[in-house]
Amino acid sequence: MSATISPSRQPSGRVANALTSGQLPRFVEWYVLGGSLALSAALLLLMGFNIAGWLVLTAVIYLLALGILSSVVENRRKATDRVIRGLVTVAFLLALAPLISTLITVVANGIGSINWNFITQTSSSVFNADTLEVTTQVGAWQAIVGTLIITGIAALISIPIGILTAIYLVEYAQPKQWMARTVTFLVDVMTGIPSIVAGLFAFSLFSLIVGPKAFSGFSASIALAVLMIPIVVRSCEEMLRLVPGDLREASYALGVSKFSTITKIVLPTAIAGIVTGVMLAIARVIGETAPIFMAASFTDNFNANPFDGPMQTLPVMAYTGYKFPGQDIAASNASAWGAALLLVILVVILNLIARVVAKVFAPKGSR
Amino acid sequence: MGDQAATGTKTPGSGPSGSSRGARTMRAKARPADRIFKGLSTGSAASIMVILAGVALFLIIQAVPAIFADWQNNPDLNTGPTGGYASFWTYVGPLIWGTLFASAIALVIGAPIAIGIALFISHYAPRRLAGILGYLVDLLAAVPSIVFGLWGIIVIRPFLLPLSDWLNTYLGWIPLFGGQVSTTGSTILAGAVVLAVMILPIITSISREIFLQTPRLHEEAALALGATKWEMIKLAVFPYGRSGVISATLLGLGRALGETMAIALIISPAILVSVRMLTEGENSQTIAANIALNFPIATTLQREALIGTGLLLFVISLAVNMLARVIASRAGAGTKRKRQKINAQLPPSDPSTVLAVDDVLARKAAKSHAEGADDEEPEIDKEEREGKDA
Repeated sequence: MSATISPSRQPSGRVANALTSGQLPRFVEWYVLGGSLALSAALLLLMGFNIAGWLVLTAVIYLLALGILSSVVENRRKATDRVIRGLVTVAFLLALAPLISTLITVVANGIGSINWNFITQTSSSVFNADTLEVTTQVGAWQAIVGTLIITGIAALISIPIGILTAIYLVEYAQPKQWMARTVTFLVDVMTGIPSIVAGLFAFSLFSLIVGPKAFSGFSASIALAVLMIPIVVRSCEEMLRLVPGDLREASYALGVSKFSTITKIVLPTAIAGIVTGVMLAIARVIGETAPIFMAASFTDNFNANPFDGPMQTLPVMAYTGYKFPGQDIAASNASAWGAALLLVILVVILNLIARVVAKVFAPKGSR
Repeated sequence: MGDQAATGTKTPGSGPSGSSRGARTMRAKARPADRIFKGLSTGSAASIMVILAGVALFLIIQAVPAIFADWQNNPDLNTGPTGGYASFWTYVGPLIWGTLFASAIALVIGAPIAIGIALFISHYAPRRLAGILGYLVDLLAAVPSIVFGLWGIIVIRPFLLPLSDWLNTYLGWIPLFGGQVSTTGSTILAGAVVLAVMILPIITSISREIFLQTPRLHEEAALALGATKWEMIKLAVFPYGRSGVISATLLGLGRALGETMAIALIISPAILVSVRMLTEGENSQTIAANIALNFPIATTLQREALIGTGLLLFVISLAVNMLARVIASRAGAGTKRKRQKINAQLPPSDPSTVLAVDDVLARKAAKSHAEGADDEEPEIDKEEREGKDA
C-alpha cells in the first residue's frame, strides 16, 4: 500500500554518466595518433626529415602520450592495457615493413635487367671480329633451365616418397608401433637439417661415388629432396588425418579392399590439401641457395644434363653475381637482381597455384 | 554358392579354399595390389630412416680424415682458409661461437616482435582481418633467403649505420657496442637483423596457433572478473601457451643456426671469438657462412675440414630441435576437436610450421583427453540448468 510512485526528480543540468565517466573518449587512439604524427613531423622538420625516423618517433610519442593521458584520466591498469595494445600493433607493422621493403627493393632493382633477351639468352662473351671487342652478354636462360631441372628431379624423388610415407603413417601403422614412432621422430629431425648440411651430404655422397669433382645437377636434386621430403610428409599426413574415418569405414563395410579405399576414397578427398602442400614445398626448396651451391656449384655455361658437370640456378646466380662478380661489377650485380626477381616471380606463381588448387579442388559437401 | 562365385571371379588365382575361408572369417582378402601398395608405403617410410642415417654416415666418413689430421704439419691444411690452426677444434671453436652469437642476437630482436605479432593477430586484430594478416606474415617465409640477403646488403646495412654510430658513441663502454664502428655496415648486427626477419614467420605462426587454442572459458572468466585485455592475456593466454611459445622460439633458433646466405652476403667476417656487434673486422664468422664462402676455393682436405664443421652444425641444430620438441611435448591442455576445426578452416599456408603446430597440439590434445578439461564444463552447466528447471 505504501509503495507509491514518487514523482522522480528530474536532474538539474547534465550529470556525469557513471558508465563512461573516468574514461577517455572513444576514438582517442586516432586523435593521439594524428597528434603524434604531426608533432614528430614538426620536430623532424627542424632537424632534417626522413621517413623511417618520422615513423619511429611517431610510435614513441604515440605510446608515451597515450600512456600519460590514460594514467591521468583513467588508471594505471588501463594505461598499461592501452600501451600494450599500441606496442603489439607496432610489432605487427614492424613485421610488414621488411616484407614490403624486400618486395619493393627486388622489383625496383630487378625490373631494369629483366627483358626478353635476359630470359631467353645464356650468359656468354661474344667476340666481335670486326671491332676486336669482347662484349659480355647477360642472360639467365641457363639458370632458369637449371632451376627447373633440379627442382623437378627433387620433386620427382620426394613427392612419391613423401606421400607414400604419409599413407604409411596414417593408414597402415599402428600409433604405438616402433616403426611409426621412429619415422615420425625422424621426419621431425629431418625438418631441422640446415639446408647447407643437406648440400654437404649430397656433395659427400657423390664425391665418394664419382670422385673429387662431383658437381652435378642430380646431386643438387638429392640435396633438395632431403629438405623437401619431410615437408611433403608432414603436410600430406596432416591432410590425410583430416579425412573423416566414417568414409573409410563406409568403404570397408562395402567390402572394398584397403588399396582401393586409399586410392579411390582417401586420396581424392584429400587431394586439394596434398597438392597445396606439395606446391608450397616446391616453392620452399626452389629458393634454396646453399645446398645447390655446394652440390651443383655454378657456371655460366648452358648445361641441361643433370648428370654431368656444374649447373647454374637462379638463386646461385643471384649469390655469385654479388659475391663473385665478373669484370663488369655493375653488370654482375644487375644480373643478380634480375635472377632474384625471376626467382620471386616463380615463388609467387607457385604460391598462387597452391591457393587456386586449394580453392578449386576443395572437397564439396558439408565442410 | 553365389558368394563363392563372386569372390572367385575377383581373385582368380586363389582357388576355392581361399573363398571359403573368406566366408568363414568375413575378412577382406589381401589382393596383390594391396600387398604391393603396403610394401611400397612401408618401404618409403623405411627409406626415411635410410636417408637420415645416410646423411649422418656420409658426413662422418668425409669429415673424419680432416678432424684427426695433423693440422700444423699437413701441407694441405696449414695454408689457405684453414691455415694457422693447431687442430680441428681450435678452428671450429670460434665458428661455433659465431653461429651461436649471431643466432642469439637474432632471437633477442626477433622473438619479442614475433610474439607481439602473434598476439596482435590472435587477440587484437579484427576477426575478419586476422586470416589475411596471418597470411601476410607467412608470406615472409616464402621469400627465398637469397633475396633477403641481397635486401640486407642494400637496405639494412645503410639503414643501421646511424643507429650503429649512436650506440657506439653513447653506449660504447658496453663491450657489445665497443670497438671501431664500421663505415660500410657489414656488421654482425646487420646480419642478425636479417636473420631476425627470417625467423619471424616461424615463431609467429606457431605462437599464433597456440594463442588461438586458449580455452574460451578461461579468457571469459578473466574478463568477467574485471581484468583488462592485457591482464586477461597475462592470466589466461600466456600460462596456457608458454611451452608452445618456448618451443616455437627454439625452432626459430634452429632455423637461424643453419641460415647461410644472409650472413655470407652481409657481414665481413673473421674467425675469432668476439662479442662486438658493430665493427668491420671483428665479426665472428658462422659455420654455415664459412662453408659457403670457402667451399669453392678449398682443396680436397680443406673441403673435408669444412664438412667436419658442417657435421657439428648438424649436431647443434639437431640438439636444439629435439629440445624444442621435448618442451612442446610437455604442453598443457587443449582439445583435439577444436584443433581439427581450426585446421579445417584455415588451410596451412606454410607447411613447415604446420608440423610444429601439429606436434604441439597433438601432444596437448593427448594430455587433455586424459584430463577431459574443456569438454566437461558445458555439460555441468547443462545439468545445473536442468536441475533448476525441475
